[in-house]
Formats: sequence, structure tokens, C-alpha cells
Amino acid sequence: MTIHDPIDVEVTRKDFPLLSRTVHDRPIVYLDSASSSLQPRQVLAAMDHYYETTHANVHRGVYATAERATELYEGARLKVGRFIGAPQPEREIVFTKNATEALNLVANSWGRANLQHGDVVVLTEMEHHANLVPWLMLAESIGLELRYLPVDGDGRLDLADLDQLLEGAKVLAITAMSNVLGTINPVPSIAEAAHRAGAVVVVDGAQSVPHLVTDVTTLGADFLAFSAHKMQGPTGIGVLWARAELLDAMPPFLGGGGMIRDVSLTGFGPAEPPWRFEAGTPPIAEAVGLAAAVDYLSGVGMERVVAHERLLTAYAIEALHERLGPDLTIFGPPAGGDRGGVLSVAYRDVHAHDLAQVLDQFGVCVRPGHHCAKPLMRRLGVAATARASIALYNDERDIDTLIEGLNHVGTVFG
Amino acid sequence: MPDLEELYREIILDHYRSPRNRGELPTPPAHRVEGFNPLCGDEVVLSLDVADGQLRDIKVAGSGCSISQSSGSLMSAAVKGKSIAEVRELIRVFKTMMTVHEANLGDDRPTGATDAPVEPEPIDLARLGELAALQGVVKFPVRIKCATLSWNALIQGLDELASA
Repeated sequence: MTIHDPIDVEVTRKDFPLLSRTVHDRPIVYLDSASSSLQPRQVLAAMDHYYETTHANVHRGVYATAERATELYEGARLKVGRFIGAPQPEREIVFTKNATEALNLVANSWGRANLQHGDVVVLTEMEHHANLVPWLMLAESIGLELRYLPVDGDGRLDLADLDQLLEGAKVLAITAMSNVLGTINPVPSIAEAAHRAGAVVVVDGAQSVPHLVTDVTTLGADFLAFSAHKMQGPTGIGVLWARAELLDAMPPFLGGGGMIRDVSLTGFGPAEPPWRFEAGTPPIAEAVGLAAAVDYLSGVGMERVVAHERLLTAYAIEALHERLGPDLTIFGPPAGGDRGGVLSVAYRDVHAHDLAQVLDQFGVCVRPGHHCAKPLMRRLGVAATARASIALYNDERDIDTLIEGLNHVGTVFG
Repeated sequence: MPDLEELYREIILDHYRSPRNRGELPTPPAHRVEGFNPLCGDEVVLSLDVADGQLRDIKVAGSGCSISQSSGSLMSAAVKGKSIAEVRELIRVFKTMMTVHEANLGDDRPTGATDAPVEPEPIDLARLGELAALQGVVKFPVRIKCATLSWNALIQGLDELASA
């Protein structure tokens, strides 16, 4: 399979049961995958099959089913690791609740062990609250200097003062792809500059891992966080990838069963990574589902996903501009290599909630609001946007229905 | 699109486009109170001029969606000049109209389900005047908090004044 062998959306859509539903007597048009993606029946079947045949707690029982459950859980770890090119998947993949928890783990475990009062953490103006608030909390607790890479008028990072901002920095925390603007940041080159300055690089991959080819050996990240439910997997499980030597030196984040080597009434010894960071019964069925999602995406081929979404994004941007003209504003860079399929729009001065309400009548699911990126909203000078985001199961008809709905917004609000 | 027309009635769109009693009053003597919906970012700022048991003047500022802003405008027109007792009564009737019954929440019934949603308690819409235009909001449970934002701020403001 190559990128010259495009995804057959008609066939792909049949894998997603939710896409056969109707909303207000119209076929559902799901354009909210940046918020949470849909699951193919292969993922649902894998989780059902696990619960029906193999469920037991992991790393505990000696009976056959428990061993098989452990195999499945650890197998998911390897599969997810290979999907992102992890050199040592068995040591470097930590399962968390979601990308948010993974980033909190980094800020709390690595951050508290390695940062002190006055240390510099560099973020960007386009961070999701998940990669912002944990650092703000840590700054409140121990006193950090937070610096921000600004966003330019096209919705790209302004890197003019990159080296200056990184001077003396201990951490660079950056999103690989904006959940509001669709901007794909040049993480490898920025990470290189950060490493030159002596900082570790924390990458929020919640939007990038589901939609781009990820290889941690070339990304330049020291930490990479992402969520299963944005990549056709289930809710309730996320991933932290980290370089093995960093994890080895980090203290535990949450305490409990499974993360210890020994416990007495006066103290404890932590287990080795990755289990050191997985306190309590982990999301086992969810790990099985995530592994099935990785199989699904690998079966389709991430290169083909990228090619499909790039074409559809270009179509959407052109069609929206052409058919709605100056009534419509699309935030973020123009179509191209650094533009993912996240389209935040404003229609005249109609509020995003009203816009989303009208679109709902057309079966169109978009997300109105600040997208957990309030500082970026302020930078853009808007309170909210309506965000349409695409995935491998969307096609041009979905965009056409979106435009039909947006036209009706004009009718309602005059 | 009958549902949509029920939500975005002409009166609502009119108050959204041309809000009444827009602005702020100097504080003091006026009392200032803010309402904020952190989920969607809608905000409303009320300036209340209360004396001798009467809401002599009210101004509304803020920003947000058509429902939150028109509701603030409609509210200001309805309560301005009224006695506090009358205002409280109007609030009560309005909030009753905005009460959604559990059976109406969500829409996860299978496609083609025929069971009709439970109707809310009957209320005297005549007492609400133009405010009755907002009753269509009840069919859109997510938007109820938009419609009640300025009303909850008004309750808070009156309570603060009463306890001051």
C-alpha cells in the first residue's frame, strides 16, 4: 500500500457503527474527532472478546486466564511502542488514564525531582490546558519562570526569538499539533534547539499521533503523551512514552498496588519502570482496545491516513472559502504540509454555540467553545470558535453538509 | 427546521441584535454582579439600582451566545421598575419554565422511538410576556444554562443586597 492507493472511505465508514446513526432524521456527520474519535467495530470486538474470554487482573494471578490477561496487556504495550518507533517499548511505554494524566505525570514526577525555584520552563501560546495547567500548578508550588513561544498571525509559532527564550531553560513543553489551529509544529528542529540549550522536551502528541506518522527516534522528544480515544481507541487509557534513562531516574507519581517492589510500615521501594508509574489495576480492556486501534490504523497505513486527511483538509479550506466567502473566517495556517485537519471557524459575528446548534440540525457534530486553550483564544481575539475536525472516515460529502449548515446559519441570523 | 425556529424565535433574535438596557451603572450607588459560565465562556455583568424595595434601574453588559445575551436583555426589560417582590416572583416563574424534567434530558432513544417526552409542568405563560419566547430553549437542555445565566446573576445580586 502506498499513498497512491487512497483510502476507500465508503468501505472504511462501514467499520464505524456510529456513522450509521441518524441525528434529527439526517445521517450523522461526525466532525469532532479532535475532541474524541469514533471506534471501529474491530476495537469494540476486541474489548468484548477480552471481557468474555480473558478478563482477570494483570501481574497477579498464576492461573491461565490471568497469565493470558497479562500477556494481552503487556502485548498492547509493545504494540503501542512499535507504532511510535520506541526503541525499547517494554520499558518506555507507560499506560495512563489519558494524555492529560501523562503530562501531569511528567510535571509532577520528573518536574519535582529535577526542577527548583526559579528554573525556566518554555511553553507555547497554543498549548492545550493539559500541557499548560500542570506547569502552572508546579510553578505555583515551587516557583518557576514560565516563558512562551508566541503564535504569529497565520497561527504558526513565531520562532524568531527561539534561542533567546530557550536560554537557561530546563524544559520545553510543546504540542506537536494544535487542537485549535491544526498547525503542525516543527518539533524536530525546535527540540534540537531546546536540547542545545540543555532542556528536556515534553511533547503533547494528543492530536499528532492519531493523524501523523510518529517516530520518536526522529521527533526529538524526551517525553511524548497521547490518548487512545483520539486514535480510534477507547476512552480511559492514555500513553506516556519517555526515554528509558529518564523513566529509570524518576520517582513514582501515584502510589498503590502494582507500583512497588516492597512495602513495610515505614516505607516502600518502587518497582521498575514502566510499572512504577502504573499504580492500581490498570485499564486492561482499554489497553486491549488500544492495541486493536493500533492494528486498525496500521492496517490502513498511517501514510494513507496522512494523505487522505491532507487532501480533505485542502478541499475543506478551499470549499469553505469559495462557497461562504468573507462571511467565514478559518483560523490557522493555509492548506499545506504543516496544516492538519482541524478547522476552527467563525461565521460573521454569530457565536460558536449558535453556530454549532444550527449545524446540529443538519446532523453535523462540531465542537463550539474555547477548546481548552483559553490563552490561544485570547491571542486570536475570540471568546470561542466552532471547530470541525476530520479523520480517516470523513469525506467531501461531510464538508459539503458542513457548508450547507453554515449557509443556514446565515438564514437564521440574517 | 421547526426545532430551530422554536429556539431562535424572532423576539430572541431581536433582543440579541438590539439588546435593551445595555451597559453599566456607576457603582456605587448601583450594585454590580457577574455571572459566568466557564464551560462556554458566556458572561453577563448586571448593574442593579435598588432602593425602597424597588429595582429602579438595571443595565446588562457581557458577551456570549444569542440565548444568553437575549435572555439578559429580555430579563432587564421585564424586571426594570418592578418591586423586589414582583421581581422575585418573575424569577420563580421563569425558572419553573426553564426546569427540564429528567425524562427530557439527553436524546439517546433508538432511532424511530415513538414515546413522547414528558411535558414540563404547565405554567402561566401570560405572566411572562415576551419572556415566554425563551420556552423553546427547554427542548435544548445544553442551552438552558445560557438562558438562566443572567437570572442566576440577578438572584445572586438581590441576595447580596438583601444581606448587606
